[in-house]
Amino acid sequence: MNKYHLDYLGQLESEAIHIMREVAGQFEHPALLFSGGKDSITLVHLALKAFRPGKFPFPLVHIDTGHNFPEALDFRDQLVETIGEKLIVAKVEETIKQKNLTEQKGKFASRNALQTFTLLDVIEEYKFDALIGGARRDEEKARAKERIFSVRDEFGQWNPKLQRPELWNIYNGKIHKGENVRAFPISNWTELDIWNYIKRENIELPSIYFAHEREVIEHEGQLVSVSAHIKLDSTDVVLKRKVRYRTVGDMTCTAAVESNAYDLDGIITEIIATKTSERGETRIDDKVSEAAMEDRKKGGYF
Amino acid sequence: MDILRFITAGSVDDGKSTLIGRLLYDSKSILIDQLAAIEKQTKNKLNGEIDLALLTDGLRAEREQGITIDVAYKYFSTDKRKFIIADAPGHIQYTRNMVTGASNAELAIILIDARNGVVEQTRRHSIITSLLNIPHVVVAINKMDLVNYSEDVYNNIVIDYEQVAKSLGLKEVKYIPISALNGDNIVDKSAKFSWYEGEPLLTYLENVQLDSDVNLTDPRFSVQYVIRPQAPELHDYRGYAGKVISGIYKKGDAVTVLPSGTETTIKSIEIGETEVNEAYAMQSVVFHLDDDVDVSRGDMIVPTNNQPQTEQEFEVLLCWMDNKPLIPGNKYLLQTNSNRVRSVVKDIEYKLDVNTFEKNYSPEKAVLNDIIKATIKTSSPVSFDSYKKLRQNGGAILIDETSCVTVGACMIQ
Repeated sequence: MNKYHLDYLGQLESEAIHIMREVAGQFEHPALLFSGGKDSITLVHLALKAFRPGKFPFPLVHIDTGHNFPEALDFRDQLVETIGEKLIVAKVEETIKQKNLTEQKGKFASRNALQTFTLLDVIEEYKFDALIGGARRDEEKARAKERIFSVRDEFGQWNPKLQRPELWNIYNGKIHKGENVRAFPISNWTELDIWNYIKRENIELPSIYFAHEREVIEHEGQLVSVSAHIKLDSTDVVLKRKVRYRTVGDMTCTAAVESNAYDLDGIITEIIATKTSERGETRIDDKVSEAAMEDRKKGGYF
Repeated sequence: MDILRFITAGSVDDGKSTLIGRLLYDSKSILIDQLAAIEKQTKNKLNGEIDLALLTDGLRAEREQGITIDVAYKYFSTDKRKFIIADAPGHIQYTRNMVTGASNAELAIILIDARNGVVEQTRRHSIITSLLNIPHVVVAINKMDLVNYSEDVYNNIVIDYEQVAKSLGLKEVKYIPISALNGDNIVDKSAKFSWYEGEPLLTYLENVQLDSDVNLTDPRFSVQYVIRPQAPELHDYRGYAGKVISGIYKKGDAVTVLPSGTETTIKSIEIGETEVNEAYAMQSVVFHLDDDVDVSRGDMIVPTNNQPQTEQEFEVLLCWMDNKPLIPGNKYLLQTNSNRVRSVVKDIEYKLDVNTFEKNYSPEKAVLNDIIKATIKTSSPVSFDSYKKLRQNGGAILIDETSCVTVGACMIQ
């Protein structure tokens, strides 16, 4: 192997930086969607590599469902302070009040569907024309179909049957007023790539990604954290388990996995050995139907 | 470890989805919950076997119709490589989607049904492979179980395909007999092919030489973004951010900015704020230049002694991708890497029949999925290499200014 060979993580990193710089070069008002999860933390790390010593040419935007893990929020605020970039927090709670939206009912009432309203509002308010997101194509089969520059109409809708051809590394970000582009720099990364990269780059993560003791209940084979957002039934048994989170979404729709991984090496070993996919193991919201993600994307979701 | 991006061309009938399903399944890239989901769906079908094809079709419309409409990207890895599969549709009405999937592929798997041999579709997929200059081709002769694993059948197909490869100038072609359904010659060498001396498909994919596909001799760099920090202590900082398309750049290199032609020197190179002495193909970097020259997004920085062509008129092979026809005289935006200019399609020299490879001269227009040779004139000079010589700097897209849609893929000649 010659010395001018870029290894696979280097190639993925460079591709992601290239996509971010295309967003910066093609759009007037881009933003980076930040959830506090490992994928968007990786995006921030890549943005530092793409734009430093300059400032980011976009703010970070967090759609705050009000159901976040407190550890993820603390981490978010600390990260923003360290890097000195602008953070916009848009609260689903306020959208619900302003628009008289109806919340889901039931034990695991999730705001997953409602956050699309908040997202579309914040896009309109700040006139965002491009939103960088941390979605990966290996996560889910509708995502596997989406372009890197994915055009959304003024209702935020994705039209999977009419996607623009996307050739070579040439990205067409031209849009009509009111439309926006969702740009996915880490489309080609897998879950394991993310973890290997986090390890290589020594990227810090919220503590809940590592094994810790937590009070949980068992729901259809999944471990759900006890929190103020979930109403316990009389039949629920609160267990104390050693767990970590494989993904970080809302407390109401993200399940924990039992784990002994206290560091990145431990996590990588467990991920290689796992027999269940990331979303399958940890997301309560994807099981609704075969086309759950496709439908949400058509409705403006990421 | 490195990355191999490959495309699989074929229709469901050729066993394309089954092949991909088999690669994922046998390389243990399918997890229990994903398998459970397709098992649930398979129950509605006739035979009891798991339908591996269900793993790949991601859209509801595709599952309903049992066809692939748009490219899906699938991932798996072995100890040797990370693989990115562009699973592209095979039908003629989705040619533009296949072109999309093929544009980044370094290898194409062309599937042939052993019972049917080389057919029209095989020719079409091969011509797209050749047009997009995909460096490596695997002809996977599938459904060998249905022809009793016959060596004669295999040999005859190889002889037929060699004619296709010759007429298209495909150089590196590897033939592998397989049965995707039974997993013969996919991951492990199958005993059923006692007469076949080569390696199974996955072993070939793991070992095919990729380093030689990277051009390290012609340095090309397109400016994406200019980094100008507002901080007073960095007042003089001006960094040109972009990705090295090809070649090697060194600190102190004499370079020319195109299209202006301004000559200067590379003062320094940064990667993620760390200064380095050289940068090479595929790296995202920041260049600093010695003189205070005018450089903006879309400009190229190239060695003064090794420059691409800079022209305002050139010939292209073009795949038309829009429902509205292309009529000579139509104006579009033309984008090469990060550079966008106005352009007009002047003349269409010929239209290529993708099934017979015949050229039909002087057509009045091009319609969706047509492949034509045309002359394009631009409003200002464009710097490029011929697509055949340097794929990463010889491709361009046409954008309809009114619909904003990408309507054409150009391979500059």
